[in-house]
Amino acid sequence: MSDASTEQTLRTSLHGLHVALGAKMVPFAGYDMPVQYPAGIMAEHQHCRAEAGLFDVSHMGQVKLIGPDAAKALEALVPGDIQALKPGEMRYTLFTNETGGILDDLIVTNAGDHLFVVVNAGCKAQDIAHMKAKLPSSIKVEVLADHALLALQGPSAAKVMARFAPEAVKLRFMTAAAMKIQGVDCFVTRSGYTGEDGFEISIPNDKAEALAKALLAEPEVKPIGLGARDSLRLEAGLCLYGHDIDQSTTPIEAGLAWAIGKRRREEGGFPGADMILAHLKGGAPRRRVGILPEGRAPAREHTQIQGTDERALGEVTSGGFGPTVGGPIAMGYVEAAYAKPGTVVNLVVRGTPRPAQVVAMPFVPNRYFKP
Amino acid sequence: MSETKYTQEHEWIRIEGDVGTVGITDYAQGQLGDVVYVELPAVGKAVKQGGDMAVVESVKAASEVYAPVSGEVVEVNDELTGAPETVNADADGKGWFVKIKLADKGQLAALMDKAAYDKFLAELG
Repeated sequence: MSDASTEQTLRTSLHGLHVALGAKMVPFAGYDMPVQYPAGIMAEHQHCRAEAGLFDVSHMGQVKLIGPDAAKALEALVPGDIQALKPGEMRYTLFTNETGGILDDLIVTNAGDHLFVVVNAGCKAQDIAHMKAKLPSSIKVEVLADHALLALQGPSAAKVMARFAPEAVKLRFMTAAAMKIQGVDCFVTRSGYTGEDGFEISIPNDKAEALAKALLAEPEVKPIGLGARDSLRLEAGLCLYGHDIDQSTTPIEAGLAWAIGKRRREEGGFPGADMILAHLKGGAPRRRVGILPEGRAPAREHTQIQGTDERALGEVTSGGFGPTVGGPIAMGYVEAAYAKPGTVVNLVVRGTPRPAQVVAMPFVPNRYFKP
Repeated sequence: MSETKYTQEHEWIRIEGDVGTVGITDYAQGQLGDVVYVELPAVGKAVKQGGDMAVVESVKAASEVYAPVSGEVVEVNDELTGAPETVNADADGKGWFVKIKLADKGQLAALMDKAAYDKFLAELG
């Protein structure tokens, strides 16, 4: 690595801790991030499904939108029903473009006196510019660069969290609250991107390492890198921006129609509404589907998906090995007529068509906390 | 009497007579991480020195395994199909990939011996 690239690579406030834990660091979205710790991707993945894993997701963008009618203003950029969010409620939504494509996916929380927005690391610069340019000047776009974001995920996450913040355990999936953890003001959401129950904790940078160390000192918790984060979200059937969704995919093609509120379907008023609502009404020409390869060979991103007549139907957008599934899994786009679960397709891996089946996602049942 | 040689692509080949047993090095398996799939060539396939021979896949990525020498594949390690993790557990031994009948033993001269490979690894950092 050259000196120049080292200088350009950003570090989260937990960088020193990752290195001390023996992580293998890789460049990701401009940050030097842990792809795995000495335990390895497989063991980290399994541990998160069995107990609890701690992830550093501080590279993601945390933004406050402050001002009158911020929810209504944000709706001009996203198809989600943001105004319906009561204080403490949160929702997955999308920045769309004028042709109905997806600029990024994001989570919006009604934090009472502001909206709390979390966007992807790789898109955050343009997302922030987009919001600053498109939201009315009465809405302040405040970037929380001084905050880290930790995710605690897994079936034991709540048990661990109860020792630090009993209040957090009362939250149900996709709700949030401000609270003190070890005397530090934090913003805690019951959410994550693994398919497991869990929490995300926004905490000032200078307090993040102490909390991370305290969480890791709990017997159930181990650190989890980006490698297992990817295999966990793939098993959960969740999209990775830039791979499974991008500016060329509409939310309907991506199977994200559930993220478009009823009122928004009736009223429109978001970028690309014409195209998106047309897809919603008349059906999208292609669909994102889960794909289960037969046999053991993983089918990676860009693998061609063919019909049994060898005609190209689309390609794999995420694919690899699912440690919990115990075999290869993938997702990708196919022509709409081939999107039904049970449809037999071929995946062309290293020039050889190999049989696979379209399946419903998630590959592993989610375990969100919805009492 | 056998001798083992190494490539810069981190394959090893152990020569006994005119047949070489080929695998990937312990360093290579460590870099790959958990091996989840190995694709082996058909017995009888002709391979060329430096050409594609097999594929090894970890959770994250697929990597080519190159033939250290030219020749004919005379045996493959079918055990790896059901237990690809053997490559991680014993890369230098039970995790072997194929046996190749050498076309030209002179090609071995281009490969590194153990001392040279260790030095090569040290220089990789």
